[in-house]
Amino acid sequence: MEKFEKLKSKVIPLPMTDVDTDLIIPAQFLTSISREGYGQNLFRRLRDNDPNFPFNLERFKNAAILVAGENFGCGSSREHAVWALAGAGIKVVIAPSFADIFFSNSAKNGLVLVTLPAAQVERMLVEAQAGEFEVTVDLESQSVTLPSGETFKFEFDQFRKHCILNGLDDIDYILSFKEKVAEFRAGQPTAVNCVQGEK
Amino acid sequence: MAGQAQGGSQIKADSKKSSVKEARSIVEKIWDSHVVTQLDGHPAIFAIDLMLIHEVTSAQAFQTLDAKGLKVFDPKRLLGTIDHSIPTRKNRWEIYDESAKAQVEALRKNCKNHGIPFLDFDKGQGIVHVVGPELGITQPGMTIVCGDSHTSTHGAFGALAFGIGTSEVGHVLATGCLLQQKPKSMRVEFKGKAGKGVYAKDIILRLIAEIGVGGATGHVIEYVGDAIRAMTMEERMTVCNMSIECGARAGLIAPDQVTFDYLNGKQHAPKGKAWDEAVAHWKTFVSDEGAHFDRQIEIDLSALKPMVTWGTNPGQGVQINQPIPAVKSLPDQEQGVAIRALEYTGLSEGSTMEGTPIDWAFVGSCTNGRIEDLRVAASILKGKKVKDTVTFYVVPGSEAVMEQAQKEGLPEIFEAAGAQFRMPGCSMCLAMNDDKVPEGKRCISSSNRNFVGRQGPGSITHLASPATVAASAIEGRIASAESYL
Repeated sequence: MEKFEKLKSKVIPLPMTDVDTDLIIPAQFLTSISREGYGQNLFRRLRDNDPNFPFNLERFKNAAILVAGENFGCGSSREHAVWALAGAGIKVVIAPSFADIFFSNSAKNGLVLVTLPAAQVERMLVEAQAGEFEVTVDLESQSVTLPSGETFKFEFDQFRKHCILNGLDDIDYILSFKEKVAEFRAGQPTAVNCVQGEK
Repeated sequence: MAGQAQGGSQIKADSKKSSVKEARSIVEKIWDSHVVTQLDGHPAIFAIDLMLIHEVTSAQAFQTLDAKGLKVFDPKRLLGTIDHSIPTRKNRWEIYDESAKAQVEALRKNCKNHGIPFLDFDKGQGIVHVVGPELGITQPGMTIVCGDSHTSTHGAFGALAFGIGTSEVGHVLATGCLLQQKPKSMRVEFKGKAGKGVYAKDIILRLIAEIGVGGATGHVIEYVGDAIRAMTMEERMTVCNMSIECGARAGLIAPDQVTFDYLNGKQHAPKGKAWDEAVAHWKTFVSDEGAHFDRQIEIDLSALKPMVTWGTNPGQGVQINQPIPAVKSLPDQEQGVAIRALEYTGLSEGSTMEGTPIDWAFVGSCTNGRIEDLRVAASILKGKKVKDTVTFYVVPGSEAVMEQAQKEGLPEIFEAAGAQFRMPGCSMCLAMNDDKVPEGKRCISSSNRNFVGRQGPGSITHLASPATVAASAIEGRIASAESYL
């Protein structure tokens, strides 16, 4: 996983709540068996239907910080939604809340999700829509710094922070408990709670 | 789960909360019995009893496994099948879409190479969440995951079952475990008895309309109440299936005699003495009197009418005979979504769903593609004709459902009425294959999501029960099934 420490970037605003993963990447683009190539179809339906959709506008080109309304990433469990955002160059999403599975998928790919109060998110949405608006997201100090110098602090799970700062994969962490897992499985009653053999 | 728990201190408090003497909920009991280990301030190493695998969210996970030179931890705790991107034509062995074909072949190969049981075409194939229960693999007290958000379906058996992403599919393949934070719990009690024409689908749509699409985020819901106890297992699966649509990671129901009767004799259910031991063990998965829940709500069903969605998320639902709410009457943050939704669906606030003309109808999906759903639809369509302006797909959830339907003569009823009875799969629920509602067309659907373009680019979806779908298909406009029952 790629490390993340600090990022200064333009903000791309998406003033919508309940953005679902079908919107982020429609199902018809999920037939690939690769993790690559989804970025070009990020928000495909919105991009096709609205020439003024932010991801169609030149002034938001290369923006790596997306700001959106509450419950971002709801719906399907498709990790392709995270791969599509990452593929389009998004490194941070800021919103008042995120859906659970999307939250978990983001962490596995080093996409940083910043939860801020609705009023602060609203202000960033307004400023980013009004004109060029660059902010700095610093994971170490858990802060978003605005051009005015104002700083919004955010909470972040400490374990997850450690993993993202150091680019660590969960799989290696779990594997480091291999013996404990084997011990646990050995002690587990097998008469119930498991598949009773093949068909 | 609930990866959003903030900060280490809270994690510590949580992990110390549960001691054996305390009254515990089902979720806590399953949680406690599956934590392998947990360091202070870290998520738990959480053991997974069963993972279901399908073609769309697994290929990249197998690639990770191969790239790291890892073996599958325990193939006997895995089950693969194909459902999302496959055709539902009769000659489905031939997949015309090259990338969908590659996906299916990748899963066949991965299951073969790693010794994972695989239900191919004509070998018991079906939607993951339909086949697990019908084989008796889904059992109370288990932890079940799948790279699909509707994994919550299996919670109907008193299992903790939730959707995961592809990276986590890889973690379970390699280790049999996931990193998890203890979820919060929410108790939803359904009070009163629902009337004629009201089904499990209407009940869960009512809950989602009440609490919204993010209403249960971070929580596992336990459904309780007389209405739940009176439900068959298939109805309970419909309820648990849509837990994710109000943001819950999972939804579950305490097992009871209905659960045990359903499982008894199923292919993978324990037999003989092991059965008796299993039932005794399963009976412990009930929430103790006084167990803690982070949230509790009650929903009264006594006046409930069939539900239909009017917007572009499953929370935008209304009783079939009630007006679509005025945008101004909605909470501030929902107004923008509602305006855009009405624009997309071409409906107006204040109008009723009943009577809205439809072009397409769909009975199927992991929500409502089981035999009871097909029976209800068939009983309404028997001797009737689908309106000539309506295209109606009936797609069984699995080969077993299809075979049972054939035994009961249901395909003949559907076809005589003018509906198409197709081969099993996810089909028009998410339109990953050729089964798509054309642009601008309106579909009444027994599936689970009415997102923008979910059933095909530019398609409009109204979610409802299979009974409402069948009645609407006959009339060519959204209609209650009450007069057909």
